[in-house]
Amino acid sequence: MDVWSSLMDGFATALTPMNLLFAVIGVLLGTAVGVLPGLGPAMTVALLLPVTAALEPTSAFIMFAGIYYGGMFGGSTTSILLNTPGESSSVVTAIEGNKMAKAGRAAQALATAAIGSFIAGTIGTALLAVFAPIVVQFAVSLGAPSYFAIMVLALLAVTAVLGSSRLRGFASLALGLAIGLVGIDSVTGQRRLTFGQPLLVDGLDIVVVAVAIFAVGEALWVAAHLRRTPLHVIPVGRPWMGKKDWQRSWKPWLRGTAFGFPFGALPAGGAEIPTFLSYVTEKRLSKHPEEFGKGAIEGVAGPEAANNAAAAGTLTPMLALGLPTNATAAVMLAAFTSYGIQPGPQLFSSQGPLVWALIASLFIGNFLLLLINLPLAPVWAKLLQLPRPYLYAGILFFATLGAYSVNLQAFDLVILLVLGALGFMMRRFGLPVLPLILGVILGPRIEGQLRKTLQLSAGDPAGLFSEPIAIVVYIIVAIILAWPFIFKLIRRNGPAKKPLLPANSGAADYSD
Amino acid sequence: MTIVVGYVPTPEGEAALTQAIAEAKKSNDTLLVINSSKGDALVDNRYAQEPDIQSIEERLAEHGIQHIIKQPVRGHDAAAEVLDAADENEANLIVIGLRRRSPVGKLIMGSVSQRILLEADCPVLAVKAD
Repeated sequence: MDVWSSLMDGFATALTPMNLLFAVIGVLLGTAVGVLPGLGPAMTVALLLPVTAALEPTSAFIMFAGIYYGGMFGGSTTSILLNTPGESSSVVTAIEGNKMAKAGRAAQALATAAIGSFIAGTIGTALLAVFAPIVVQFAVSLGAPSYFAIMVLALLAVTAVLGSSRLRGFASLALGLAIGLVGIDSVTGQRRLTFGQPLLVDGLDIVVVAVAIFAVGEALWVAAHLRRTPLHVIPVGRPWMGKKDWQRSWKPWLRGTAFGFPFGALPAGGAEIPTFLSYVTEKRLSKHPEEFGKGAIEGVAGPEAANNAAAAGTLTPMLALGLPTNATAAVMLAAFTSYGIQPGPQLFSSQGPLVWALIASLFIGNFLLLLINLPLAPVWAKLLQLPRPYLYAGILFFATLGAYSVNLQAFDLVILLVLGALGFMMRRFGLPVLPLILGVILGPRIEGQLRKTLQLSAGDPAGLFSEPIAIVVYIIVAIILAWPFIFKLIRRNGPAKKPLLPANSGAADYSD
Repeated sequence: MTIVVGYVPTPEGEAALTQAIAEAKKSNDTLLVINSSKGDALVDNRYAQEPDIQSIEERLAEHGIQHIIKQPVRGHDAAAEVLDAADENEANLIVIGLRRRSPVGKLIMGSVSQRILLEADCPVLAVKAD
């Protein structure tokens, strides 16, 4: 089946009334958590995992996709109207967006963010539909050694490239890998890290881990920092754009998309880097450079397009290789596993209808998001008046319910609390959450590939380098690891560079 | 002596402030302006922002009134903050603004004004917005 007819089949599935309803629920929830700082799509999908266990996988994934895209849309509203990024990927949007809002151009800022997100999301999803099958064709030819190498690259790149401190990133990754080790060794049947506790033999349920780290950790963290000086939302009417705004926006939208998609698709992607690159590019190319720093529309249009295109890009390795590069994709991958679906290159052939319905629902979700965001942005901003104790009480309730319902074991609640405390400590000491989650989810799979490789080569470590692609990937890994030293050498010779973002820009690398 | 006024950036709050200024001028008392928030939501429209506070400051200075403006964010509700301030400064008058509230609304949300009226140790002057 070619891409086009598969996609049309996907639309047929996604447009059934039930699935459309789940798409609507997804985008509404996604926008809400996107608007609220501290809550992200990853946490929401994790909280909903146990709730959706009774649903058809297709419906559940359509809802998750809506949440994922919705989070990207919603983050911009808070950035622009409050100067507090709702998501880490909309940090850059706040720089110009809030200035625009203060200058009375909030309506235009919201409009260019929403329309740019829609255009970038649509193009990005189209690229996903085209590229994912090609990547699959390539990936099917990969053997265990290459696969292992690519996963190592993804883990290291996410840990080393994103976030402020490599040491903290690797500490978090090590915690994640350790949590992933708990349970029975799949090859030899030995018990690992079970501490003689029979309930740990099956390993830690990924749902419990994700809910604990994202929801409980965040709730404890907010509870510890509850009181802060309240702000006012900048009042705004219905978002709209004049002819001049359109003229100034369309090029940044397309350039932002061009930055966002490839970076999202790379194993070390994430949405933060392309948004920043897009901002810098727009600043350089703008015909109105004097407006930058005072509210230039290009500085909103580009980054917002970039983060939505990156969201689509992230789904490419997730669907085609089973390789998540951000927290939401990681939790969605865990969702595949909990439905008994094996993620990886086989996904397109074994679960074709589901995957194409998911991709089709991304187009639909994008359109729905434009509909609910353009006229309703001021209404969404009202969510920020919600007293947070109520909000987090609700989240903790759902977290507990969810963790208990997975296995109906009280022991899971103990794990939930222990890992929740770990999540709190990680936030306290600035450890990023993403490497931990990736470690937990990818750890067992990476181990599986390693064991397979070593079994094939009869325990000879040279087997790891038996495929050319693996060697290329290891070279890239070496460059990433050595990069700080190379960078230092270059810096010693050249003038010191200014920091990329203002120190107090509110960038929180754990918020999604 | 001190007059305590509970201020919020709404017509009721403005009415209370105007009345309090008149009272303070009459008796030559210090005016203590309280504008508080529990601080548990990210956005609170009843917490006055910097430009608002500045214009009040200017207005009070213009009238030549001795004044203190306080914006406590301690997790207490507005009634507790006003009552605390009145106790601490041994206020001889509290001025508050009243708004219309349906019985059901009062049941659900409670009433800051009612609590101040019932619990204050000094006279309370309640004004309505024009």
